[in-house]
Amino acid sequence: MIGLTHYLTVAAILFTIGVLGIFLNRRNVILMLMAIELILLAVNINLVAFSAYLGDLTGQVLAMFVLTVAAAEAAIGLAILVIFFRRRGSIAVDDVNRMHG
Amino acid sequence: MIAILAFYLFAVLTIASAIAVIFARNPVHSVLWLIVAFFNAAGLMLLLGAEFIAMLVVIVYVGAVAVLFLFVVMMLDIDFASLRSGFTRNLPFGIIIALVLLGEVIVANSAWQAGPALSGREIPAAKIPNIVALGQLLYSKYLFAFELAGLILLVAMIGAIVLTHRSRTDRRPQNISRQVARRPDEAVKNLDPAVGEGMKL
Repeated sequence: MIGLTHYLTVAAILFTIGVLGIFLNRRNVILMLMAIELILLAVNINLVAFSAYLGDLTGQVLAMFVLTVAAAEAAIGLAILVIFFRRRGSIAVDDVNRMHG
Repeated sequence: MIAILAFYLFAVLTIASAIAVIFARNPVHSVLWLIVAFFNAAGLMLLLGAEFIAMLVVIVYVGAVAVLFLFVVMMLDIDFASLRSGFTRNLPFGIIIALVLLGEVIVANSAWQAGPALSGREIPAAKIPNIVALGQLLYSKYLFAFELAGLILLVAMIGAIVLTHRSRTDRRPQNISRQVARRPDEAVKNLDPAVGEGMKL
């Protein structure tokens, strides 16, 4: 029988893969954004699994809001990436120190 | 039985394609594996009975986000080989951190239990379809948050347009207001040229 723990484990593995992706592709922003999408997908699976197993629809409403934020984040992130590429001709981010913040 | 098989199929495919996303050499392949991961996660959500969220994942993630990624990856002319230079250097450290994190999360998961109000409570079978229930909740209790989500999307849209818009000087775009402001008497001339003389424009 598939229980809540199974879904939570899948989501945990997915989350970890996303974090690993951010660590491994330190220079490639596009892959980092994709890894963030994976992390948010894991969060969504968690929310939906808890919602289903607790019989409470609030988790699914929250998953929808996470989806909204993920879409907005991808759009803004890729827009910043495009203007960064226009300026520098590269998307290597480990030497983004122009602003010396 | 079929539900268990379907769960393992979707779970294994989701995780395998997620691994392929971060290890693929070509970013286009990464995006395509991301689409596979999204589809299988939508399958997992279908198994949980969350049909609306599953369809939303397919529509929003696959239809919008993944296509946006694909578009940007293909539009920008990037030397991706040079971006992988730190990959093997970061690999041991990253895997150690990932394993520690995974262990923590799984320990936390197995220690999880519902609070006293929820544990042992029998979940009643759903009487109305998932989409109907979600819609009733969304447009009553969470109406304000729902409108706020729409506002976030609007701000993101305007932000993306403002960020990437530029006025180019190397081309001559259509000047619509000038075209609309033209009057017939300055645009059309009535001529009656004599035969063989041609006409001056």
